[in-house]
Amino acid sequence: MSNTPALTVERPSPPVKAKRHTSPTKRKQNRAAYLFLLPFFIVFITMLVIPLVYAGYLSLFESKLIGGSVFAGLANYARALTDPQFLGGLGRVALFFIIQVPIMLGLALFFALALDTMRARGSKGIRLLIFMPYAVPAVVATLMWGYLYGADFGPIAQIARAAGLGTPDFLSAGNILYSMMNIVTWEFIGYNMIIMYAALRSIPGELYEAAEIDGAGQFRLAWSVKIPAIRPAIMLTVIFSIIGSFQLFAEPSLLDALAPAAITNGFTPNYYAYNLAFINQELNYAAAVAFLLGLVIAVISYFVQLGSERSARRERKGL
Amino acid sequence: MNKAPRTATALLGGIAATALILSGCSGGGTGDNGGGTDTITQDQIDEAMTTPTNLTFWTWVPDIQNEVDLFEAKYPDIKVKVENVGQGLPHYQKLRSAIEAGEGAPDVAQIEYQYIPSFVLPESLLDLTPYGADELADDYVGWAWNQVSPAEEVWAIPQDVGPMGNLYREDILTKAGITDPPATYDDYATAAKAVKDKTGSYISNLGATQAGQMIGFFWQAGIKPFGYDGAETVKIDVNSDEAKQVADYWTGLIQDDLISTDVDFNDEWYQGLANGKYAGWLTAAWAPVFLQGTAEDTSGLWRAAPLPQWEEGAEVSGNWGGSSDAVLAGSKNPIAAYELAKFINNDEESAMMLATEQFLFPPQVSVLENPEWVDQQSEFYGGQEVNKLFAEISTTVDTDFQWLPFMDYVYSTYSETIGTVIEAKGDISSALDTWQDQLVKYAEDQGFTVE
Repeated sequence: MSNTPALTVERPSPPVKAKRHTSPTKRKQNRAAYLFLLPFFIVFITMLVIPLVYAGYLSLFESKLIGGSVFAGLANYARALTDPQFLGGLGRVALFFIIQVPIMLGLALFFALALDTMRARGSKGIRLLIFMPYAVPAVVATLMWGYLYGADFGPIAQIARAAGLGTPDFLSAGNILYSMMNIVTWEFIGYNMIIMYAALRSIPGELYEAAEIDGAGQFRLAWSVKIPAIRPAIMLTVIFSIIGSFQLFAEPSLLDALAPAAITNGFTPNYYAYNLAFINQELNYAAAVAFLLGLVIAVISYFVQLGSERSARRERKGL
Repeated sequence: MNKAPRTATALLGGIAATALILSGCSGGGTGDNGGGTDTITQDQIDEAMTTPTNLTFWTWVPDIQNEVDLFEAKYPDIKVKVENVGQGLPHYQKLRSAIEAGEGAPDVAQIEYQYIPSFVLPESLLDLTPYGADELADDYVGWAWNQVSPAEEVWAIPQDVGPMGNLYREDILTKAGITDPPATYDDYATAAKAVKDKTGSYISNLGATQAGQMIGFFWQAGIKPFGYDGAETVKIDVNSDEAKQVADYWTGLIQDDLISTDVDFNDEWYQGLANGKYAGWLTAAWAPVFLQGTAEDTSGLWRAAPLPQWEEGAEVSGNWGGSSDAVLAGSKNPIAAYELAKFINNDEESAMMLATEQFLFPPQVSVLENPEWVDQQSEFYGGQEVNKLFAEISTTVDTDFQWLPFMDYVYSTYSETIGTVIEAKGDISSALDTWQDQLVKYAEDQGFTVE
């Protein structure tokens, strides 16, 4: 999944109101802080805010090959909301999110906990091994898996045939989404594991001592101490995963060469926006689709975060 | 990129970049694209060709620098910068973006025949008639010239073409008891069954999503699925009765499992060509050389023949692929740019070099009649004179075939509609109806008048 802070995760908190009497040193510090933040904001505004505003402006127009550009109001949005290709793509990534993310994060959490309890020497090496796929670019990973999935010469198919199981068709229209889930899981388990593992390392040792005195075993320790303690880190991986699944692009666009009939132009919303812009020459509609997708991601991320905060509060009250 | 591109930045940034400028100038043309220009005189040409000039040339032909060197030797004042910005789709995307941006576009660009109309529509190409291009017509086979000059104007100079033929594995066909390559499509179907039953190979593969191949079959059958008047009227007729006959033929072979439908031009398919999964390939004149690189170990086993025919004794073929070199309307050095496009594809030495070194199949009559090229014997094809065969086929291609000004969309919807049906071994004819509906809808949405 994408590990990029998207436009939706957290708004910067409003600046603290300046007190009436800020000391000169404080003022100096504030100035320095703003100075350090300046490069970020310059890039943020020129590379994100301006294009975003411009795309929003574009999405309100309609341009045709014959007749040029006319103001269309929200027509592009209305069209997207009834566009089976867009809605189908959204449905597909939603399914992807519902199935793939729990598996991936569950495994990542399992590995993180396992590594954390391992006092053995090998843990560093194993950690690196699990993390390795993340270092492989998505493009390379997809091409590699594309070969592994191949029906005629792919090793998996050959082994299956040798075992008399027939040929599994990983790249058929019905299976390709699951094949993609497998690729993404393989790619991002390590990344999510590292985030959780880092959080686990920062849990104060007293908690463990207390738990041990209470006679908790390793499983009880993981369930009642470790997982609640790293809830914020897990939440972070969930948010990243939401953004990543809804923005799937590299995998479908690369698998398209291997299974063009299975990967439709609207396979994922992001891929659809790309095809609209560059194949259909419908830039304005593509902008509207991209905008809507951003909105969907923002809303889902917000509700997931809200839900998790609520349950956290409930638990605190219960204790 | 180890991250999914972000909708917010990657895509919108790209869109913004292209569109910022779009709003600045409506359309991409520079207005005057030669319509009212007087004929350029020899003096003007001489002056232009002796003035120090820098040209940019976008092409993906490998080693084309060699031909450019010939040009630079002849015109020492002109410096040409050759840039490969991608093959096919990425090349066109960059070209369109640069044209819309009003800067960064090359002077000369390689354009496949089917995409010429999509650049003519926004007036992005220079009409080469005032520069004397219409005098070149007789230097090229007629149907290739019609591709670059469907009406009065000349939009590009033909570089290479792909008249279609049949490449087949003689050893596999012999094993199936077939001595001659099938002459008609009925024979081909019979042969397909014999080959499948006796050797387990498929007589050929129909690329599930390969619109170019299917359109080539249409072309051979005399079907005119597309038409464009150069302005606002298009003709879309992909589901005519004749097209459905062709489609039904393939549907039958596919449903009897006599033809495979693997997606072409990927690793699995290369392997299939190399290891005898396919006993043949109905393909274009650029394929004989391509195959030598793909299936080296089968050297000597392949032969070439004309396509099977729909009617006994007929001799007709279609075309699949090929490119031309066009001059961009925005070029600041139109004369020098035209001379470059002309030289590369018209100078005898350069044209011959394209055919013998880059193995492009020539549309130039001078090469097609040059014994040095025609009489070449190809070891890979058991000593057969493959060039001669395709040169003969080249004279049988129907001259009058047109494209739509949005072929990217046509191809991509082919893969969505026909491709899925072929993969599912369904009825291609009914998929043609779906395809037709989508194309008509798109054309109307884009403001075209559909005939």
